[in-house]
Amino acid sequence: MVRPSENGPWLGESGQDSDVVVSTRVRLARNIDGVPFVNKATDADRNEIVGMVRRTPLFAADAGELDWVEVDELDGCDRRKLVERHLISRQFADSEASRGVGISRDESLSVMVNEEDHLRIQTLGTGLMLHEAHDRIATINRELESHLDFAFNPRWGFLTACPTNVGCGVRFSVMLHLPGLRITEELDRVRRAAKDLNLAVRGFHGEGSESTGDFFQISNQVTLGVSEQDLLETFAGDIVPRLVDYERSARQLLLDKRIRNLEDRVHRAHGILASARMLEANETINLLSRVRLGVSLGILKTPSVREVHRLLLHVQPAHVSAITNAPLEDNEASRVARAGMVRGIFGG
Amino acid sequence: MHKCDLCDKPAVLNELIREKDDQWRQIHLCEDHARAYGYPGSGEIKSEDLAEASGKVKKRTTGRRKRLASCDACGLTLASFRRHGLLGCSECYHAFEAHLEPLIGRAQAGATHHCGHVPDQKDAHIDRRLNRMRLLKELNDAVSTEQYERAARIRDELHSLEECGPEDSGETSAEAEKEQADHGSAQ
Ligand SMILES: [Zn+2]
Ligand SMILES: [Zn+2]
Repeated sequence: MVRPSENGPWLGESGQDSDVVVSTRVRLARNIDGVPFVNKATDADRNEIVGMVRRTPLFAADAGELDWVEVDELDGCDRRKLVERHLISRQFADSEASRGVGISRDESLSVMVNEEDHLRIQTLGTGLMLHEAHDRIATINRELESHLDFAFNPRWGFLTACPTNVGCGVRFSVMLHLPGLRITEELDRVRRAAKDLNLAVRGFHGEGSESTGDFFQISNQVTLGVSEQDLLETFAGDIVPRLVDYERSARQLLLDKRIRNLEDRVHRAHGILASARMLEANETINLLSRVRLGVSLGILKTPSVREVHRLLLHVQPAHVSAITNAPLEDNEASRVARAGMVRGIFGG
Repeated sequence: MHKCDLCDKPAVLNELIREKDDQWRQIHLCEDHARAYGYPGSGEIKSEDLAEASGKVKKRTTGRRKRLASCDACGLTLASFRRHGLLGCSECYHAFEAHLEPLIGRAQAGATHHCGHVPDQKDAHIDRRLNRMRLLKELNDAVSTEQYERAARIRDELHSLEECGPEDSGETSAEAEKEQADHGSAQ
């Protein structure tokens, strides 16, 4: 099922504004009417939910878009791999009882069943593609709606297990690469602005994670009192372009005023990646981030953005383990294996 | 979506009603039955009429609302909700409404009403209409019992409901208030 050698759709070659926007994700939370939410559901309820979702045409054996993955049947490494590929949440990987995920062949669409809500539907893509991702998820939602009754209340909208997610239940999110803003020490200003605009700012690995490699996931927090369309227009038409502009200005400032410093950071990172014999995962992501900046600004001719993206995914622990048979935990063997993979690309 | 309590058609009205003994009960009615029992239309619901409808409702939600510290449908207690932050079922939104209002308001930048996509466009207009009817009725209650703070809050909700999306009836909020005033003077 999981093909560790390939890129996820969120780390494709390029895309709109891909110098700053790494990937786009749109997520929808839904619950089925008349069945308790997952945290109060019995085993029978959970199985019923799984059954209802799998009987929809999305899972039809011949023409369905999604393949079903029973999470309990996966070993720890495969579960982690799905987390690293942004197809399931960490919480979902680690929880117990009946649950599963439908994944499209290109991994651009996934439906988690029995996460915090009965359904968590998401579309993923590379670069800035909020409109396409939203259109796709709206289509999927309409298809599901013609087969499932979603819990809905005219006042609160779509009902969710966590009451702060009610309303349209749509979460737009982009992963941004903001090294320029960090080097110029403008990130705090961006964080404050994000807070004022009711945006959530998360790190590379999602909720609660550090901002490894200057990658940030930005998403809307407000889902009530505003339509999907208005959310989309604000997010795609105003907020993201503004953040992209900030980052580009910061990079331009660095090129104009601190070019030697910038070149040194980029080439130093390249040098370590090309020659290190042992690499830890987050350290590698931090170095790849500098290389990505160098490639975007033309300081480096190789590797390509696509190769950097592929490495960003493949240097994570479960992928290293799957590709090289190194252990999943962080130790000498896994660091050696990771460094070997990286040198293969950087030609050391 | 629930079925109507009296027939097999989908319910457009999912309403908590109060019976004489101060018991609260959830009823679900289809468009025809909702109209037959005065929703929407004449405005006032006759409790005798509703007794018939609610008598056929399964005894799922019969708690005393004032002292409601748990959801009758799923058994979640308010204490447990406060500990874990997750609700147990759709009915929890009714059971804990008073506690959820400020919480959701804080998380949602003060928003009080949904205004995006609805599962079925036709039902939605009816739902919005019924929601408005409910608020008008509550406003009426609040004014007649001189609960002015509550009345002001309900009025705000009515306004935000009308700002929210396309209204099927085409009534303005001024007309809605006039309607409310008429109901008030009829009492
Ligand atoms: Zn009926
Ligand atoms: Zn409940």
